Amino acid sequence: MGTTAMERPLARGTTEARRRRVVGMGALVALLVIAGAVSLAVGARALSPGEVWHGLFAAPDSDQRLTEIRLIVRTVRVPRTVLAIVAGIALGVGGALIQGYTRNPIADTGLLGVNAGASFAVVSVITLFGFTDPFKYVWFAFLGAAVAGVVVFGLASIGRGAGNPLTLALAGQGITVFLAAMTTAVALSDQASLNVLRFWNAGSVAGAGFDVIRPVALFIAVGLVLALTTLPALNLLNLGDDVARGLGVNIALSRTVGIVAITLLAGAATAACGPIAFLGLMVAHVARYLTGPDYRWLVPYAGLLGAVVLLVCDIVGRLVVRPGELDAGVVVALLGAPFFAVLVWLGKFKNT
Amino acid sequence: MSGTDVKRSVAPGVRLGQVSFVWRPWLVSVTLLLAAATFLVFCLSIGVGDFPIGLSRVLATILGGGERVDEFVIIDLRMPRALAGLIVGVALGVSGALTQSIARNPLASPDILGITGGAGAVAVFLVTVSGGTAAAVVSAVGLSAAALAGGLGTGLLVYFLAWRRGVDGFRLILIGISVSAVMEAITTWLLATADIKDVARAQVWLVGSLEGRSWGEVRVALWCTLVLLTVVSCVAFQFKPMHLGDEVAAGLGVRYSMVRAVLLLCAVLLAAVAVSAAGPVPFVALVAPQVAMRLARCPTPPLAASGMVGALLLIGADLVARTALPITLPVGVVTAAIGGPFLVYLLVRANLR
Repeated sequence: MGTTAMERPLARGTTEARRRRVVGMGALVALLVIAGAVSLAVGARALSPGEVWHGLFAAPDSDQRLTEIRLIVRTVRVPRTVLAIVAGIALGVGGALIQGYTRNPIADTGLLGVNAGASFAVVSVITLFGFTDPFKYVWFAFLGAAVAGVVVFGLASIGRGAGNPLTLALAGQGITVFLAAMTTAVALSDQASLNVLRFWNAGSVAGAGFDVIRPVALFIAVGLVLALTTLPALNLLNLGDDVARGLGVNIALSRTVGIVAITLLAGAATAACGPIAFLGLMVAHVARYLTGPDYRWLVPYAGLLGAVVLLVCDIVGRLVVRPGELDAGVVVALLGAPFFAVLVWLGKFKNT
Repeated sequence: MSGTDVKRSVAPGVRLGQVSFVWRPWLVSVTLLLAAATFLVFCLSIGVGDFPIGLSRVLATILGGGERVDEFVIIDLRMPRALAGLIVGVALGVSGALTQSIARNPLASPDILGITGGAGAVAVFLVTVSGGTAAAVVSAVGLSAAALAGGLGTGLLVYFLAWRRGVDGFRLILIGISVSAVMEAITTWLLATADIKDVARAQVWLVGSLEGRSWGEVRVALWCTLVLLTVVSCVAFQFKPMHLGDEVAAGLGVRYSMVRAVLLLCAVLLAAVAVSAAGPVPFVALVAPQVAMRLARCPTPPLAASGMVGALLLIGADLVARTALPITLPVGVVTAAIGGPFLVYLLVRANLR
């Protein structure tokens, strides 16, 4: 079929836009690879590229120094880097999805109550069972996050306003408020849990081993698959419920899938790293600025951006207060927020 | 439901010279009921304690006709705390209603305009960093005043950062979230590095408390709140197109932008007064307007009713914290524990109807 004069510029425009988006995504992946490489080399003990390579791939040998490097790279740097990437993707995608599903541009992944649920579970098990080992309470954190997410979504789907974005946002806020109060109450009456809570609250990708990362990554992978399947429907939902219904979207199903995806993504990331605030909100806006409102592009962009930002912030945190470290969650806010504010001031973001 | 909607949309207008408003009997009765309930809980709160005083004697004393002993206990000892709760509640409720209306976002509250975050960061800094300057600041101006300055400074910083040929609600909120995130990160970091004993003290302050208020503090807060509320009630009448959107607003010209700027400043200052009197009590400003809006069945948060819900929530929470709980908790914990579920209950009930 021949294209008419009217159609051609339009077609060329979309091809052009598509090309730009693909190039942008390639650039983000490249950035991520570079940041990952830097992340392996940088830290309390700086390693040369050759040493990193050796640490990753060389067979064990008798040299004391090289064995040490191998140990640092494999048991400290690699898990940390992998967790930053996995959690960053999860929080970025989660942030973009929650803003889409609540149609609220200030919604964050914490909104469904997952952060508050995880925090409450952590202080509770520390107070009740005296756990101080992070590998033990990661499971409870995830359980707390999941339960909070399910309760919020359940409450928001009762009756006539089922899954209404406003109801969802406010129910999330109400449950968050309640859980945060309970967390404070427990923490104030038990100094041991207050002590753990204050470190947990900072949000960090350090210290977790693969025994923690593997299950977390599995949950996140399931969440990502669910998230990707719901994107076309999310695009239509943002035209309004009536339009979406008219176009054949099963609104209840697509909302449920979306919320389950957000809970899995944000819950798993929070369980492994602690509540990392602001990241999801920020990268969702930047991604929307880069790609436009099409969620099929916006969401992958947000995921890659989330990974890059979290990884870079973790690297910066290792460098600025040596020999100590700043937690990645703290750096995200300290670095990301001013950067974000400048973009806001320049008028880069639109009210959705 | 739809029948009453239609009826409400053609509700009779009332015009008194420059001032005009829609006569909404339901809203008026809800507000009056809330005010009566607030007054009742206020009196109850004053009566309860180690030396219990009956409701009638409390009333008599407040009206100036009580016995000398009652007068001492009530006026000198218990009144400041109850009054602080009342003032903080009203200030937070009205501040939240203004912020949510201006931003046209139900999640907006003065908490995200930076006041809470800034005050918290300054207070935690002063509590956790021992040493020369911090100690000198605390002894010179007091923790509350220093925190207030921090909160107010941050609030104004947000306001000016968001200023670009006028203040747009959306930009204000995003900038506010950013600045608050920085302040909270600083707070988190300070808490993570400090001595655990200081952390507990800072945590209590961060939650908000009405413990040990004196008449001196309360009097300042009372006058500030009264002045601000007067300004708000004079200006709010000119802000009817509040929820019609920025395009309509732009079409209404400079006067509208001015009114909005004044109201926003009032919201910031009211929240700052509340922080100075009770610390950054969380969630009241967010929850009260949403609850008031649902009780009063209004499309936007009603100002007076929001203030009343805020006061009721805070005084009621303080009463519960003092009497019903086995351990002493700061009032902020109880406001959140009551306010959060109540908001959810209202949402679910509205959906079931």
